[in-house]
Amino acid sequence: MKTIYPYGAWSGHLGNLILALCLGIIPLSPQKAQAQEPILAPIIDSILPIDLKEVIVISSFNKGIEHKSQPKPLSTLDQYLESSKKVSMVKRGAYAWDPMLNDMTSERLSITIDGMRIFGACTDKMDPITSYVDVSNLSDIQVESGQQGARHGNVIGGALDMRLEKSDFRPLGWTGAVETGYESNNAAQIAGGELNFSNQRFYVDMDLIYRKADNYSAGGGEEVAFSQFEKYNLSTNAGYKVSENQKLLASFIFDEARDVGYPALPMDVSLARAFIGSLSWLQDRFIGDLENWETKLYANTITHIMDDSQRPDVPIRMDMPGWSDTYGFYTQTELALDGHHLMGKLDGYYNRSQAEMTMYPNDPNEQDMFMLTWPDVRTLNSGIYLEDKISLKEASVKLSTRLALQTFNVADDFGLNSLRIFYPDMAQRQTRVLKSVSTHYHKQFKALHLSGGFAYGDRAPSVSEGFGFYLFNSFDNHDYIGNPDLKNEKALEANFKMALPIKNLNIAVEGNYFHTWDYIIGEIHPELDVMTIGADGVKVYTNLDHANLYNVSLDMTYKLISELDWSGLVSYHRGTDQNGRNLPFISPLAYSSRLTYGHGNFSGTLTLSGALDQSDFSPDFGEDRTPAYTLLSLSLGKTFSIGGDTLYAKVGIENIFDRYYSTYTDWNNIPRMGRNFFMTLSYAIN
Amino acid sequence: MKNIKSIFALLVLSLGIVSCSDGTDDPLPVADDPLEGFNLIGSFETNGHALEIYSEQEGFTTGYNELFIRIKELSTGNYVSDATIHWNPVMHMTDKTHSCPRSEISTTGEDTVYKGFIVFQMASNDDEYWELDLEYSFGGSTYTTTEQITVNAPSDGKRTVNVFTGTDNVKYVLAMMPLTPEVAVNNLSAVLFKMETMMSFPAVADYTVAIDPRMPSMGNHSSPNNEDLLFDADTGIYSGKLSLTMTGYWKINLKLLNDQEDVLKGEDVTEENEGSSLFFEIEF
Ligand SMILES: [Cu+2]
Ligand SMILES: [Cu+2]
Repeated sequence: MKTIYPYGAWSGHLGNLILALCLGIIPLSPQKAQAQEPILAPIIDSILPIDLKEVIVISSFNKGIEHKSQPKPLSTLDQYLESSKKVSMVKRGAYAWDPMLNDMTSERLSITIDGMRIFGACTDKMDPITSYVDVSNLSDIQVESGQQGARHGNVIGGALDMRLEKSDFRPLGWTGAVETGYESNNAAQIAGGELNFSNQRFYVDMDLIYRKADNYSAGGGEEVAFSQFEKYNLSTNAGYKVSENQKLLASFIFDEARDVGYPALPMDVSLARAFIGSLSWLQDRFIGDLENWETKLYANTITHIMDDSQRPDVPIRMDMPGWSDTYGFYTQTELALDGHHLMGKLDGYYNRSQAEMTMYPNDPNEQDMFMLTWPDVRTLNSGIYLEDKISLKEASVKLSTRLALQTFNVADDFGLNSLRIFYPDMAQRQTRVLKSVSTHYHKQFKALHLSGGFAYGDRAPSVSEGFGFYLFNSFDNHDYIGNPDLKNEKALEANFKMALPIKNLNIAVEGNYFHTWDYIIGEIHPELDVMTIGADGVKVYTNLDHANLYNVSLDMTYKLISELDWSGLVSYHRGTDQNGRNLPFISPLAYSSRLTYGHGNFSGTLTLSGALDQSDFSPDFGEDRTPAYTLLSLSLGKTFSIGGDTLYAKVGIENIFDRYYSTYTDWNNIPRMGRNFFMTLSYAIN
Repeated sequence: MKNIKSIFALLVLSLGIVSCSDGTDDPLPVADDPLEGFNLIGSFETNGHALEIYSEQEGFTTGYNELFIRIKELSTGNYVSDATIHWNPVMHMTDKTHSCPRSEISTTGEDTVYKGFIVFQMASNDDEYWELDLEYSFGGSTYTTTEQITVNAPSDGKRTVNVFTGTDNVKYVLAMMPLTPEVAVNNLSAVLFKMETMMSFPAVADYTVAIDPRMPSMGNHSSPNNEDLLFDADTGIYSGKLSLTMTGYWKINLKLLNDQEDVLKGEDVTEENEGSSLFFEIEF
């Protein structure tokens, strides 16, 4: 235990860290270290990897090898996420799948782009944040489970941070690439390009991608109507080195999707558009021994236009536009001390969410029916996050905590009065204190890695859960009413991981358990009358006394020969409430097995994936038993050299046997895509 | 230097005072016309006076009419205070003559303005018309006049008054009081009278008007947390709470219950029965 730094000394540094964070947003010039306390202790940079983090590498063609190892390089971001070990995707069609981590969706997660908070503008979750970026501009996605993700915000299930790809001052000069792809099943066309300039002082990256797809066909050939989409994404990143120690970075993303069909829902989207921008200041050295100071200011605005104008038969025509604007910042810095690596972050965001619904009566002489489904809710969240990674002998400990203050203000009187129909005494504003603490221990016995931890965290209700007004959920066919009196949802979490490499075989067993109090979910109120024509009833968001969720997985990789790798994954999940009733969207036993071959400029992947019968389904939330399925997919790739440039071609077949299937994550059991041939061509100009 | 500073400070201060007092220097408002914003829907010249009748509405309308009256002395142009006024609206139909429910006329905070309400249960037509008998006294003299008026059905065609015979064989008039509907919990009020004779319509106390608002264009859905209209002895008005969850056309299905809780008129809304025979309508 000789490595432990005297407590008083480092708590003093912790104080400095907080102080620096509080004050340090202003000084943009490097503060000359006053040499008041020359610390001679060697900085330990070999902190052991203890995060239960999964990194989904996206990466562009320019990064060569990583790109090649992707079975389907130009697939949608959703497919990348779906192929990951921890993330599963709720699907309402072919576009804008909704990511789930530990069987929890967006309200229990933090989903960020380069640390920026963004909130979808759809009351029906048609626009998860992942739908506003594309593979063209991302380098990877950091998946952090449970309170490990608290750095990004108040979470229960974890955090997904999508990191933008940047040339990052590498001396590459001008580089560019064009990529194109085609998929047979839904006649999807993909075209993309990038143009980058980078030297040691300055870089600018530009990416463009366009996708257009028709309806897809399920296994057996049945066309799934309203599954088309069209989207394009434009992004720019630039960086300028003000000095060797200081960098100014800017990023901008424009994303627009049009004519997006949602076969599992009664409505489609004619326009989903996002403007996402940020400005960052990075400094290697900050005040005193503080280093890696990063401050970011960001803003984003989302417009979501939902309508049913393309649907032939609807009981009543309606428009449901929504808007979400977010402004935020964070500033963070690190401090390495004898055996400790401290990180501190201050962050805040302000979001306004508004959505409305206009219904057009069949009698044209009647007035339109109008309601505010999100009553211009202004959310202000400001928090502080502190983390300490402590290195011990062949072991390490990570402690982290977040404290945040969140206020809601229902700014629109029309909306406030609407909600007061249900809650006559509802206040216009409310404030909540949110907390998180987590501890994680990692120990190494020779080759065996063992890690585990406990954490506690809570979250405030989402805008829909707190303030939604007659939001129709087509899954359980109920109208949902928000509840401003909801208590914060709190979770105690335990997790473990064991990894054991035996020669060419790597085995990892992982599991986590969430005991959640005041679990927020909609419960039927039989005395309330439905608004939506044909709905079965009305649910009001309520706190369940508690709910339990656990996930276990076994992950194996085996190097058969140097060119051939095998990987396999089996996972099991379970979620029940205090009465033993099943929670919705909990995965049955799922498995995948993959062979990857790579030799010279040739690569190939054969993937088998599937799930068993979903026997623990949740009829109360509209689920039925999803039968077992197994799928087989194959892809082959080859690289050609043309002069100094490279051409990379990849072809593949998904769902080789054209199975008709749907999974537990498919909204209203819409069938998934049948057999699909795809081809991508990437040409890089070096 | 110090002087300049203090002069400057004084200047700033005085500027502050000037700008602060700016807002309060407005001239006192001149007493406005107390009935500004109301429509003059009848002006009858008689006995050297002009009797002016004002309403929020465009004219006399079937249903509940809140009316304001002023008496102008034509010789002086002054409005009369301390008058007592009585009225009796009479409809001349082809086969009979009848009156309608109305209040007494009372004074208001403004001593030249008098007010009351009339519930017209029918509109005028080519062959049938309404007359308003007025009797007013002030300064020791009493005057009378009878004026013909036109009562129109509401321009939006929405029903705000019901005339019906209850299961107790009594004829009732139930009228909704004016409401500016909002997507909110609204205060809904109504007045209830029984028709004792063709000319006598006494108010009915202590009954209940049960409400069930529905949107027929949207699957006939209802709204939560409504409160039935109960009688308030102080005001003589039935009032309750009406929740409207969205804008549009709402049909407020009604049931009239007497003080024994017997249903005198109106039916429950069910899967089979889309609406009650007793109802009000709102569209906004
Ligand atoms: Cu939507
Ligand atoms: Cu409606």
